[in-house]
Amino acid sequence: MTQVSYRAAFGLIVKRDLMIAFRHRDDIINPLLFFVIVVTLFPLGVGPESTTLSRIAPGIIWVAALLATLLSLDRLFKSDYADGSLEQMLLSPQPIFILVLAKIVAHWLLTGLPLILIAPLLAVLLHLNEHSYGALMLTLLLGTPVLSLLGAIGVALTVGIKKGGVLLSLLVLPLYIPVLIFATSAIDTAAMNLPYNGQLAIIAAIFFASLTLAPFAVSAALKVSTN
Amino acid sequence: MMWKWLHPYANPEISYHFAGKILPWCARLAFVFLAIGITWALLFAPADYQQGDTFRIFYLHVPAAMLSMGIYLGMAIAALSSLVWQLRLADATAAAMAPIGATFTFIALITGAAWGKPMWGTWWIWDARLTSELILLFLYLGVIALHNAFEDKNLAGKAAGILALVGVINLPIIKYSVEWWNTLHQGATVSKLGQPSMTADMFWPFLVCFIGFAFLVTALICLRFRSEILNRNSMRPWVRELVATEEKAHAV
Amino acid sequence: MSRLHSENTAFTPNTNSLLSASNLACIRGDRLLFETLDINIAAGDIVQVEGPNGAGKTSLLRILSGLSQPYDGQVYFQDKRITQHRETFHQDLLYLGHLPGVKDEMTAQENLEFNLALHGLNSATAEATLAEVNLLGFEDALAAHLSAGQHRRISLARLWQSQAKIWILDEPFTAIDKLGVEKLEQLFLQHADNGGCVILTTHQDLSLPAERVKKVTLAYRFY
Repeated sequence: MTQVSYRAAFGLIVKRDLMIAFRHRDDIINPLLFFVIVVTLFPLGVGPESTTLSRIAPGIIWVAALLATLLSLDRLFKSDYADGSLEQMLLSPQPIFILVLAKIVAHWLLTGLPLILIAPLLAVLLHLNEHSYGALMLTLLLGTPVLSLLGAIGVALTVGIKKGGVLLSLLVLPLYIPVLIFATSAIDTAAMNLPYNGQLAIIAAIFFASLTLAPFAVSAALKVSTN
Repeated sequence: MMWKWLHPYANPEISYHFAGKILPWCARLAFVFLAIGITWALLFAPADYQQGDTFRIFYLHVPAAMLSMGIYLGMAIAALSSLVWQLRLADATAAAMAPIGATFTFIALITGAAWGKPMWGTWWIWDARLTSELILLFLYLGVIALHNAFEDKNLAGKAAGILALVGVINLPIIKYSVEWWNTLHQGATVSKLGQPSMTADMFWPFLVCFIGFAFLVTALICLRFRSEILNRNSMRPWVRELVATEEKAHAV
Repeated sequence: MSRLHSENTAFTPNTNSLLSASNLACIRGDRLLFETLDINIAAGDIVQVEGPNGAGKTSLLRILSGLSQPYDGQVYFQDKRITQHRETFHQDLLYLGHLPGVKDEMTAQENLEFNLALHGLNSATAEATLAEVNLLGFEDALAAHLSAGQHRRISLARLWQSQAKIWILDEPFTAIDKLGVEKLEQLFLQHADNGGCVILTTHQDLSLPAERVKKVTLAYRFY
């Protein structure tokens, strides 16, 4: 039997997940709509005064991004678990690490990337300081993959539980706190026209650490959930 | 090597009885140390020159906060040994520790807030240490909720163990980020909830209190460990026998 | 491997075993499904796992496939622990469970191609393989529009392409018509004759010659 190369196995899963998502577009669009609506609620709740809004804009955009990611996490393993394709993947001769990483990358392409693309638009609505746009984009670029990676651990742990949705947020949100803190602080610092390399470096470190460690935790969790 | 001396304790029945033997001793020691420590701390230790008698809550707050972190670390170590060496009893230990750790985190939060009221004039301040304790409480509650969500206790233990390990890797990062966030946003409004430099006449009652609480935690863990074992082995003959003899003893 | 025990199994230890298990125990919830179970499956064996509902047939198959971990005991693939040689073991394993593993959003052919490619098999002949399971003409239909029986046949189609020695099949005949069952049984026989083995559960009686089918019987335990 021929062993599929790691890259081929990785590509196979990413391609499949993207194909499924594009045939089921609601799954991509709904978390985005949620993101937009949550951001819109804040000016309505806090008031339209532009100094207040630009002060809290980084926090709002990031918290909304966390919640939108959380909402989309179900797609990561839930349907594969329900129809049995998850156990077929775990039984394939490919390293589970590769398969898990491929699923997470596909998830990021379908949620993280659209969030990044739409974020500048919302930043305009919130009167984000003009110096902060670069920082906003960079923190989202480095931070949203972390959200997908850490979120995957939570879904993998709760995928076998019937009402896992609320539980998932309880497990995952505390883990998102460091990214939230450093990302918003980078954007704030940029608004003051100061260098924010330090914060970016920390987010990058968190990204690389979760990139190497999270897939192992996810594989272990999936083995428990499919047991 | 390690396996060799651990092996007898890998048997649930032996561990159950072992925990039963050390439980009363830990409980007695906890009682003695806490009685001495608390009397000393409340009545005889000197009041702080700035904070006065308010400061005495320190003897409760700091041990609780230290133990809340310590128990999480212990839980993660138990979870790791369960995953790596397949020690099934380690699962039970971790499961036994989670609610106790959560309780101590909660005590640390309440006493912290109570300490903050006279000092800052408000029950809650986004102080770095209180905020990390709050997040630690969320981590504990996540582990407990995940454990409860599984019907099968063996799976529950494994899942909660993975989460505890993920949490323990994140805990230093969270703690660091919260401290960093706090110094960033700290205006001139509040001084940090700090330990004043400890003098010897404060240190000794503190130490006695801390040891007392540590024994209390050990005793509680033994207690919960025993019930976790019974729960996980309810179909085993030795548990059935145990229940039968207990029933007989109560009937007489 | 030392404690071979023949209470639950009808066969003798075999040195050239493909898949063996020793001292297996399984606990689900509060119930002990089985313990001290030894199994030895050699090339050419067709093994039917029998027992009433809830006796642990599915649990046993999942343990043998490496999906579940036994409470006690070990599973060996050619005398190597499957937990330590997972990838080589899974190269030689084809497991089909209760769930077909078919995605609604993909067509019958895409589903089969994905499943074949995932297991390192040539997916170019997927269309011809679908003909074997009577799905000719449904290649481009989305699985969402197909019936449960057709989903099952999509997942069974892999058997015709499989090069894995060990087939573990949980209720493969569910929602399959009489003709299809006969065809599958012939395939099992052919697979066993070619040096493979089949482990399956079924509620129907197999029409294979009795001497070809070995049985593992699990009893229902009340505690």
